[in-house]
Amino acid sequence: MGILEVKNVNKRFGGLQALKDVNLSIMENTVHAIIGPNGAGKSTLLNVLVGKLIPDTGSVSFQGKSVLGCKPYEINQMGISRVFQTPEIYGDLSVLENVLIPCFAHRDGAFRLHALETVEHETGMIEMAEKMLLDVNMQDKKDMHAASLSRGDKRRLEMAMCLVQEPKLLLLDEPTAGMARADTNNTIDLLKEIKAKRDITMAIIEHDMHVVFSLAERITVLAQGTPLVEDTPENIKGNPKVREAYLGTAEV
Amino acid sequence: MLGLNKRDTKFLIIVILLTLFTPFLMQPFSENSALAQFNGGYPDLMAKVAIFGIFAMGFNILFGLTGYLSFGHAAFLGVGSYAAVWMFKLLTLNVFPAIILAVILSAVFSLLIGYISLRRSGIYFSILTLAMAEMSYRLAYSVLTPLTNGETGLQVRPNDPRILDSATSANYPNLFGLELSSSYKWDVLNHVFTFNVGYYFCAVIAIIAFYISMRIFRSPFGLMLRAVKTNQQRMNYTGLNPRPYTLAAFVISGMYAGLAGGLLAAMDPLAGAERMQWTASGEVVIMTILGGAGTLLGPVLGAGSIKYLENIFSKINENVLHDWFSFLPTGLQDAVVWVLSRFTGEGWALTLGLLFMLVVTFLPGGLVEGGQRLVRLFRRRGKPDGGDDPQHHPDPAPHVAE
Ligand SMILES: Nc1ncnc2c1ncn2[C@@H]1O[C@H](COP(=O)(O)OP(=O)(O)O)[C@@H](O)[C@H]1O
Ligand SMILES: [Mg+2]
Repeated sequence: MGILEVKNVNKRFGGLQALKDVNLSIMENTVHAIIGPNGAGKSTLLNVLVGKLIPDTGSVSFQGKSVLGCKPYEINQMGISRVFQTPEIYGDLSVLENVLIPCFAHRDGAFRLHALETVEHETGMIEMAEKMLLDVNMQDKKDMHAASLSRGDKRRLEMAMCLVQEPKLLLLDEPTAGMARADTNNTIDLLKEIKAKRDITMAIIEHDMHVVFSLAERITVLAQGTPLVEDTPENIKGNPKVREAYLGTAEV
Repeated sequence: MLGLNKRDTKFLIIVILLTLFTPFLMQPFSENSALAQFNGGYPDLMAKVAIFGIFAMGFNILFGLTGYLSFGHAAFLGVGSYAAVWMFKLLTLNVFPAIILAVILSAVFSLLIGYISLRRSGIYFSILTLAMAEMSYRLAYSVLTPLTNGETGLQVRPNDPRILDSATSANYPNLFGLELSSSYKWDVLNHVFTFNVGYYFCAVIAIIAFYISMRIFRSPFGLMLRAVKTNQQRMNYTGLNPRPYTLAAFVISGMYAGLAGGLLAAMDPLAGAERMQWTASGEVVIMTILGGAGTLLGPVLGAGSIKYLENIFSKINENVLHDWFSFLPTGLQDAVVWVLSRFTGEGWALTLGLLFMLVVTFLPGGLVEGGQRLVRLFRRRGKPDGGDDPQHHPDPAPHVAE
C-alpha cells in the first residue's frame, strides 16, 4: 500500500466533471509525476490532496489516515507540504524569517502563544533554518527581503520552507512553469539532490516532459479527469494511448 | 537585559528616560514668556499622552503586525473605564483592583468581539468591529443604564459601598492611600514643573506596556503575526492556523485598550458612553498611522503629538488670534483671524485631518519614517564617504521600525 491512497474520487464543478473515478497510489520514497493536457484535472487533484477542495465522493488517505475534511494546516501537520505554481512566500519578511516560520510550525504545531520568548534566542531553530538555506544555496541571501528575490530564488526559498519541515510527502505544482531552461535545470538538480539526501516522497505535476523524464520513477497520465495509465517513464514513452491523448499534442 | 539584546535595551532605556523627564520636556518655556501657552507639562495632558500611548501601542500589536484594521477598539477602552469605576464604587478607591478588573473584563469582551469579527478579513472585518463597537455604545447609552448610568455617565458617589475602604480612606483614586491627583510643584528659574502621582503611575504602567509590546515584536509569536499580514495562504499550507494568532493579537490589543480605559478612570473617576463612540475608535487608528504603524515607538509618538496638539490648538480662540495678528490692519486682521479660527479651538479636527492627510501622503511610514529620513540626511551630510555603512554606524532606526 502506498503512502498516499486516492480511491474513487469524483469532483464536479457545476456540469463539469473535473475528476472522474480517480484511483491513485503513491509509493513511499518515489518521485511520482502526474501529467496530462491542460484542463485534465491535475491541479484539482492536488487541491483535493491538500484539503483545499473536498471531493464529492471517494476517499483520500495519507499513511492510512483519511485527510478528507481536514483543514490545510492539519494536513500539513500530518506531513504533506506543497509548493505552489506561483511561489507563495512571506514577501515582507527576510529570507531567514521565511524559513524560521515553518521551523516553528514544525516544532510547536498549529498554534502556540510564544509571545514572551525571543526569536534571537532560538538558536536551535536558527541553526536549522540556516542549514536549510545552505542546502538550497541561499545562505548568502538570508538577510534579504524575500519580495526582492528573483523568481528562481523565490521558488528555491519556497522549497526550503517546505523541506525544513521534513515532510513525508512533497507536492509540487508545475515547479518549473515559466522558468528559463537554465533555471529549470537548476530546479531539476535541486530536486535530485534533495531526493538523494533524505527519505522523501514527491508528487510532481509537470508540463515539461524534460523535467518529468529526468525525475520521475512513476508516471500517471491524467486525461479528462481520469487516470489513463500509470507506469514507468520508459513504458509511458512507448505507450501509444498516451501518445494519442497527450504526447501527440505537446513537443517532447 | 530583561531578555532584550543590547540595542533594544538601549532603546528601552531611552524611552524610560524620556518618560520620566516628561514633566521637564513638555514644559520648555518659562512661565511669563509669550510661548508659555505652548507648554504641555500639565499632569492631565501628560497622563493622557501616556494613556493614549498605551491604547495605541496595543492597537498597533493588532493593526501594525497583522494588518487587521479594527474600527471598534474604543469599545474596550469604554469597558475598561466602566469596570474601573465599578471597582471604585463597590470595593475601594485604590486603583489596583480597578485596573486589574478593567484588563480582565476587556479581555473577555475582546475575545467575544474578536471571535465573531475575525471570521472575516479586510474591509468586512473592519465593518464588523465598527458595528459591534457602535452596538456597545448604544447599549451603554440606553439599554444598560443600570450598569452604565446612561447619558449621565458612571460616577463615584459619597454613598457608594466601597466595602474595602475605611471611613478614613482617601476620597480620590489612590495608590494605597497616595492620591493620584496630588502633585509636587517645583518653581525654578521661572519654570513651574509639576510632578504628579497620577502621571508617574500612568508612566510606569506605560513603560511596562511598552516593554511587553517590545517583547511581543521580537517573539516567535510576533513573527507569526507578521506572517499573517504577509501571506495567510502560505501559513495555512505551513501547518499554521492563522485564526488563533489573530485572535490572540486581538485580545492582547483589547487588553491594552482596557488598561488605558482603566487608567483614564483612575485619573478622573467617571465613565461615559461617548468613550466608546466611533470617533474614539477612529482616533486610535489615526494616532497609530500618524506615528508609524508596525513600528514600536510610532504609536506612542502619534498619541503624544495628537494629544499635545489637540490641547494647544483647542486653547487658541479668536481673542488669542487677534492678539497675535494685532500688527495687521484691522480688515486684514479680521480676515486672517477668521480663516485661522476655522482650524483652531473647535476647529481642531480640521487641522488634524489636514495633518493626517499630509503625513499619509508624504510620509506613509508616519513620524517614525520622518525621523529616519532626518537621521539619514544628517548622517550623509556629516560623513560624505562611506557614512552609510551600517556596520560602522548602527542605524538607530531599524530597532524602532521592525
Ligand atoms: N474552482 C473551479 N471551479 C470551476 N471549474 C474549475 C475549478 N477549478 C478547475 N476547474 C475546471 O476543472 C478542469 C480541470 O482543471 P485543472 O485541475 O486546473 O486542470 P489542470 O491543472 O490539469 O490544467 C478545468 O476544466 C477547469 O476549468
Ligand atoms: Mg494546473
